[in-house]
Amino acid sequence: MNICVTAQNNNLESQVDPRFGRCNCFIIVDTETMKFEAINNPSISATGGAGVQAGQLMASKQVKAVLSGNIGPNAFQSLQQAGIDIISGVSGNVREAIERYKKGEFKPTQGPSANSKFGMS
Amino acid sequence: MIISIASGKGGTGKTTVAVNLALSLSSAYVGTIQIIDCDVEEPNAHIFLKPHITKTLPISIPVPRVIEKRCTYCGKCQEVCVYNAIAVIKNSTQNDPLTDSQTSAPGGKVLIFPELCHSCGGCSLFCPEKAIEEVGREIGIIQIGTAGNIEFVDGKLNIGEAMSPPLIRAVKKNITNNKVVIIDAPPGTSCPVIGSIKGSDYCILVTEPTPFGMNDLILAVEVIRKLNIAFGVVINRTDIPTASGQTGYQEVENYCSKENIPVLMRIPFDRKIAESYSKGIPMVEFIPEYITKFIQLFNNIKKSNHK
Repeated sequence: MNICVTAQNNNLESQVDPRFGRCNCFIIVDTETMKFEAINNPSISATGGAGVQAGQLMASKQVKAVLSGNIGPNAFQSLQQAGIDIISGVSGNVREAIERYKKGEFKPTQGPSANSKFGMS
Repeated sequence: MIISIASGKGGTGKTTVAVNLALSLSSAYVGTIQIIDCDVEEPNAHIFLKPHITKTLPISIPVPRVIEKRCTYCGKCQEVCVYNAIAVIKNSTQNDPLTDSQTSAPGGKVLIFPELCHSCGGCSLFCPEKAIEEVGREIGIIQIGTAGNIEFVDGKLNIGEAMSPPLIRAVKKNITNNKVVIIDAPPGTSCPVIGSIKGSDYCILVTEPTPFGMNDLILAVEVIRKLNIAFGVVINRTDIPTASGQTGYQEVENYCSKENIPVLMRIPFDRKIAESYSKGIPMVEFIPEYITKFIQLFNNIKKSNHK
């Protein structure tokens, strides 16, 4: 089963990126084998719609869940529509986040955790 | 003749110049003056002119709506939308192990994010199934009225709305040719400003002798030169002191003369002007000597435009 963790760098030892739509990197990992693919976020500096694009990317990668720090309203709607579990408030190291997910420590979030443009810096 | 008032930096005195120019002209000319407040994110000419509003119109922009029964979730609309205002989420097309074929009706859902939409119409144009229609989304209002013998028009963008140019265009549709039209533009140098001043016969740039005023004046000049509109500068608060105790006034004068930009008017840093402003009273009512100065400003513009 594939899940996605937003990361500040392109490996499992990196920190979880607190922004979903404007994270540095999406790490898509197979939770059984821990094999992963790191995708540099193409929309990191988009003027608008970064969350929508990230949501579409997740849908196309058919991930089961997304783990991130904060997820905005448009991204939330896109992910929800695609039937992807959304887990916000995740921090720390990517590998640890995956382990915690596997142990069932996280509960899917019921609503967006940040406002529009939260990840703009 | 359309004269727009712009500035680069905000708070330099655009509205002061626009309102007082309109009042001065209306006191001297027989023809009607029109004032158009294009600063739809923060319109303020009405505070000084106190117009009697006779008409209020809602303004909408077209946004897409999907006719679900026609949609095949092909994703073309999403592909053409550079603003990511449409997301097509396909139901995952897994192979059916029983029939060993792809499930026949994949289906899905089209999400529309109206606040990201720029109303270009691309999605409905390119939809191969003609499954996208356009519906209106209200972004603000325009108000039309009179203040004495001045015709007044302004626009008010709804709070939280990001795109003002469509509303500015709607406001400008009320311009009556062959009148003297004064446009109060928003500050800055981006799309709303360009949308406001485009089509003007002349543009007055209002600046103040501060480092920010100077910096933004230079940017505004670059924009106006690109638009090929004749322009001049009004220096407001000429003797405003800076932290070092010096004024940047001479710097503005030097810049203008070096760039061959006429300085149309110089307004001193006068407590009386600030007082009238704070009470919402136009300065020409408080200090009537300025009426002739504004009329002279207008005559100079007219002369330079006929050269």
